[in-house]
Amino acid sequence: MAESRHLGDIILKVDHISLSFGGVNALADISFQVRKGEILAIIGPNGAGKSSMLNVINGVYHPQKGTVTYKGETRHHMPPHRAAELGIGRTFQNIALFKGMSVLDNIKTGRSLKIKSNFLMNALWFGPARREELEHRQKVEEIIDFLRLEDIRRTPVGMLPYGLQKRVELGRALAAEPELLLLDEPMAGMNIEEKQAMCRFALDVNDEFGTTVVLIEHDMGVVMDISDRVVVLDYGKKIADGTPDEVRQNPEVINAYLGVSH
Amino acid sequence: MFYRETGQYKTNYGADEQIFPIRQDRIGVMIILAFAYLAVPFIGDDYWFSAILIPFLILSLAAIGLNLLTGYAGQLSLGSAGFMAVGAFAAYNFMLRIEGMPFLLGFILAGLSAAAVGIVFGLPSLRVKGFYLAAATLASQFFIEWVLTKFPWFTNNSASGVITAQKMVLFGYAFDTPMSRYLLTLVIVTLLALAAKNLVRTRTGRDWMAIRDMDVAAEVIGIPMLKTKLLAFAISSFYLGVAGALWAYCYLGTVEPQAFELTRSMQLLFMIIIGGMGTIVGAFFGAAFIVLLPIFLNLFTSTIFAGQVDPGMLSHLEQLVFGGMIIFFLIVEPLGLARLWQLGKQKLRLWPFPH
Ligand SMILES: Nc1ncnc2c1ncn2[C@@H]1O[C@H](COP(=O)(O)OP(=O)(O)OP(=O)(O)O)[C@@H](O)[C@H]1O
Ligand SMILES: [Mg+2]
Repeated sequence: MAESRHLGDIILKVDHISLSFGGVNALADISFQVRKGEILAIIGPNGAGKSSMLNVINGVYHPQKGTVTYKGETRHHMPPHRAAELGIGRTFQNIALFKGMSVLDNIKTGRSLKIKSNFLMNALWFGPARREELEHRQKVEEIIDFLRLEDIRRTPVGMLPYGLQKRVELGRALAAEPELLLLDEPMAGMNIEEKQAMCRFALDVNDEFGTTVVLIEHDMGVVMDISDRVVVLDYGKKIADGTPDEVRQNPEVINAYLGVSH
Repeated sequence: MFYRETGQYKTNYGADEQIFPIRQDRIGVMIILAFAYLAVPFIGDDYWFSAILIPFLILSLAAIGLNLLTGYAGQLSLGSAGFMAVGAFAAYNFMLRIEGMPFLLGFILAGLSAAAVGIVFGLPSLRVKGFYLAAATLASQFFIEWVLTKFPWFTNNSASGVITAQKMVLFGYAFDTPMSRYLLTLVIVTLLALAAKNLVRTRTGRDWMAIRDMDVAAEVIGIPMLKTKLLAFAISSFYLGVAGALWAYCYLGTVEPQAFELTRSMQLLFMIIIGGMGTIVGAFFGAAFIVLLPIFLNLFTSTIFAGQVDPGMLSHLEQLVFGGMIIFFLIVEPLGLARLWQLGKQKLRLWPFPH
């Protein structure tokens, strides 16, 4: 797969990132790069530091050492809202939807940054406020169609089954039209059909919009199928970085990760 | 049969993004407004205007204000009456000290003053949440009361601390009858309630609900925490400030800082809990419950037990029943009257077919 795809320049570079919580070293001197248009998987056993890595990339965690370079802008710490402004989208390992809101409103909220009208215009529902809401509704409906959420757009997300909630969360991230999409275990806890659908969505987004995807996944079948490259973490250290085939044959990886049954 | 969306196919998103997308809701609102504007002025008497309808409307407005902050933005506040006090005393001082200040402008300035104070007392919300924030807002309640009683400037050196609202005159017309005050209050409350409805169904409201429901996710989406929270404090306090000014000018006429004590803040909190957190219509339900129920209870007990039971005993009984009903409601329908209303409408949507 990797050979047949054309990958662009480096869009994201993490350099020598170290992050610890008290005595726990969640990440130790991690460096890797992501090219534009690439699908990169981060794998590793539980507690390896995968989620922490995503949290560093979009500024939720502050690393003690190292830098993140995104689209040429190097920062020691990137504030989360700045990451959003620069086009980094994100889903969470534990669903982080807005529970009290409908599917439609959750996805609309994903576009908040793109809506310019201020509260006065909103309160009066005049001119730009109305026009903007309608324009964005159009975009949101495209996402709803794409993710096949038409029948549940009015449903409060708290009432949806787990698999659909994950899908809505992807929708919310896509609503911002991100250039880099960080997915934290998007398929965890799903049945095989839901997983296939989710894989399809990730591949389509990557294919159609050229969105770069960094995803964390435990299902090795999925990882081997859809990713161009794999970074393997273990106890906060990077132990491998390469194509799925290279990684599969790496003895250290077999030892640390694939060896243990999941 | 009567309340049904079927057949109302929306052919564009504009129709679906109206303030009341369902036709029956639109008609319902029209009927209520027509009744309030055209019928009530003729059938109501002075007692109804002054003692029931005006306080009901003003408290509804205040409850909307609190609901924007607590129900929508998720910031618990125990200091709402403090912001009403700011509004009342700001309106008084603006009209007192600025020659020829039109009273409507005075009300707007009252709201803006409350908003400014609200922003200051909203600052702790950036650091603390839940009970700790509640404690901070409680401090604002006491601080505002203290300032207004401590510095006689605010009450224009009135010995008793009581201020008397100036006359309200607009283009030579004086709002001096209960009916005219009712209509004035009604216009202001209608406009601000519709504005609130617009706020909560657009980006502003979605951002508030986002930080209420999951603040980390909201931040990652790019919703600015500081700005969004402080905006909620500002707008909520604006509503409370205008409500406070109305309380002084359209309801009481003379007012002292004690009219805006902690009890009032708690009352407003009850209203939004009983009416329905995070709904605009719930503010009206909650206010109606708190204002009207005691009156009905009183009417009820005084007709049934008239002359047979000691009146002091009766008023205790009423309070007991009132308290009991609040608890009953919280247990049976924790999401409030607005939720019951919504469920009722859903039933109607299917009626007469059971499924
Ligand atoms: N906010 C935090 N506070 C304290 N410790 C944390 C925090 N976040 C992560 N850690 C610790 O950092 C280490 C790495 O956690 P992380 O969640 O990144 O692992 P992970 O690879 O995503 O694991 P999993 O597969 O279970 O999701 C763990 O030891 C975890 O306990
Ligand atoms: Mg994780």
